Amino acid sequence: MAKRTFNGGIHPYDGKDLSKDKPIKAVLPKGDLVYPLSQHIGAPAKPIVEKGDKVLTGQKIAEAGGFVSAPIYATVSGTVKAIEPRRVVTGDSVMSIVIENDGLYEEVEYPKRKPLEEMTKEEIIECVKEAGIVGMGGAGFPTFIKLSPKEPEKIDYVIANCAECEPYLTSDYRRMLEEPEKLVGGLKVSLKLFDNARGILAVEDNKPDCIEILKNLVKDEPRISVKELKTKYPQGAERQIVYATTGRAINSSMLPADAGCVVNNVDTVVAIYHAVIEGKPLMNRIVTVTGDAIADPRNFIVRIGTNYHELIEEAGGFKQEPVKVVSGGPMMGFALFGLDVPTTKTASALLCLTEDEVSQMEPSACINCGRCVEVCPGRVVPKLLAVAAANGDEETFLAHDGMECCECGCCSFICPAKRHLTQNIKSMRKILLAKKKK
Amino acid sequence: MNDLMKVSSNPHVRSKSTTASIMLTVVIALLPAAGFGIYNFGPKALLLILVTVASTVFTEFAFEKICKRKITIGDYSAVVTGLLLALNLPVSAPWWIGVVGGVFAILVVKMLFGGLGQNFMNPALGARCFLLISFTSIMTNFDCDAYTGATPLANLKSGEAVNILDMVIGRTAGTIGETSMIAIVVGACILILFGIIDLRIPGTYIVTLAIFVSIFGAHGMNWPYISAHLSGGGLMLGAFFMATDYVTRPITKRGQYLFGALLGILTGIFRIFGPSAEGVSYAIIIGNLLVPLIEKITLPKAFGKGGEKA
Repeated sequence: MAKRTFNGGIHPYDGKDLSKDKPIKAVLPKGDLVYPLSQHIGAPAKPIVEKGDKVLTGQKIAEAGGFVSAPIYATVSGTVKAIEPRRVVTGDSVMSIVIENDGLYEEVEYPKRKPLEEMTKEEIIECVKEAGIVGMGGAGFPTFIKLSPKEPEKIDYVIANCAECEPYLTSDYRRMLEEPEKLVGGLKVSLKLFDNARGILAVEDNKPDCIEILKNLVKDEPRISVKELKTKYPQGAERQIVYATTGRAINSSMLPADAGCVVNNVDTVVAIYHAVIEGKPLMNRIVTVTGDAIADPRNFIVRIGTNYHELIEEAGGFKQEPVKVVSGGPMMGFALFGLDVPTTKTASALLCLTEDEVSQMEPSACINCGRCVEVCPGRVVPKLLAVAAANGDEETFLAHDGMECCECGCCSFICPAKRHLTQNIKSMRKILLAKKKK
Repeated sequence: MNDLMKVSSNPHVRSKSTTASIMLTVVIALLPAAGFGIYNFGPKALLLILVTVASTVFTEFAFEKICKRKITIGDYSAVVTGLLLALNLPVSAPWWIGVVGGVFAILVVKMLFGGLGQNFMNPALGARCFLLISFTSIMTNFDCDAYTGATPLANLKSGEAVNILDMVIGRTAGTIGETSMIAIVVGACILILFGIIDLRIPGTYIVTLAIFVSIFGAHGMNWPYISAHLSGGGLMLGAFFMATDYVTRPITKRGQYLFGALLGILTGIFRIFGPSAEGVSYAIIIGNLLVPLIEKITLPKAFGKGGEKA
């Protein structure tokens, strides 16, 4: 029997109580919408509209720019105002399509789909590809590629990653509570591609209500089951969730498919449902707007391209000036310079904190306590890697399996000397990955 | 809204535990042993403890002041060193032994090698061994108001009978903090409960020593003999408080088992085949020196490369 968890990991303050009981609310954007052409891993999308063009909600405005790429759709009706570089959450300037919202939300006519039973595998994959679906848990890898491995008959498990192990995030939780049938529907669509696979809804056991609802929904589905996982960060990391649900371990140079698994996040699975069953491209996602600086923390269904300022406004604004604003969760999210950035396909949360623990705590000497080794889900020795990284010692870094680090942040979190372990390792990994690409 | 928000790479949250909170817990965990030492040996023990701690803390402060470095006495690591050193002194030692030992521990063993985290051997033990070699007669004189004569392990070695109950409670001659197994184990439980240490090193150490003395001790599986070995000679203090010193023990899990086993064997060799009745201090110091080698051969395997189960 496979394990329900992995070795290592941490239990940070989870902050989910702030927003977990707030139903999902739709946000109608007022201002301009910005669509960065790079919201995914791979080649940037290519614009197919020009400045001054009229567009409708659901109209394709950029097509895939290569095999590993994804198209982008307008999420409001209006006029293309500009195609110019805009600031994104990572701090980079990325070429983006800017659309002036006309406030009418006129929609295109979505294509009518055949019933799922009559669709071929190729048609399903084509729908997912055309809809511009990418991994919405944060990685942004084009989903159709995940769904078309070399040997689909060797896939044993299609895993819906419902762990939501990042602190503060409740977007997947609300989705499971409010639209569980779409999640199960999306999983059924995915299962149609893999004849020998079983579907698994992998949920952390801090969400017993979701587990119950999902179990009820799949009780007559012979191919789908719900798996309860231990609540622990980073339970939802791809390699960890594959191990916890199936007992199969993959390293950084392998894909889940090498272990007979396909893993997709909750919102991604729902997007698959929308694309294949309803014919709708990826246009919105759920974002948790939360943190102790927010007046009314809650979960929103947000049209991609919506400015973060508008999300803060919808959540009642700030009750206290934030010191740090993070796009995503506190463990793996991006700290923002400013709020003038758009919601992208991979933005799961907007976390506004009145205190920045990182700058308050000064790093001191490593006392070799071994806590980083204890918690590292990659089972490497962060302390040694961080020293090698700081010294620019690539050889030692590689010899100690530095590339197996998934940058989850456990080591930095746990370090009593408050050393920037993850940060050091991350920089070195970036350098080495860039070298490898050359 | 503030235009200049704090920006840093992930993660953006930190755990509550700090170096200072860990060291303070160790200090608290040492208090039962210190308290029993004062009760057992009288107020002179308290004086020696205070002098030694003052010496280690002041040495660190003075060194950093002179070198214009950041003052780090607030992390309590010097207090831990001073307290451990004092608990390893006989109560009959004059006050200046505490001062000299404290200066040696901090200045020579710790600061000259780069300060906290850089020392290659446990400062308190380094200083104890320095004192043992330099002032042998003072350091091995266990005569005091309460007890005269040899430590239980010395008696055991010369073939005399020992009272195990007295050894467990601590009513014997010895250094200030090493005599009471009960007090030390209470402290060890505090450390384990607060997640400061685990049983990997102390457990392997104690079990290995027990096996070693039962094979080579010429008494076979004689429980009183084995128990005397385990409760005497600073083994408990060494196993729970000094062998587990973060800086000078291996960071890898498998390395910690190896380290514990090595200490058990070395202690056994010193106690049974060596001229002295004791051997914990030297065993741990030699173990400390081997840590880089142990770490090198026990690096863990990464997740997905066979290390996921460990």
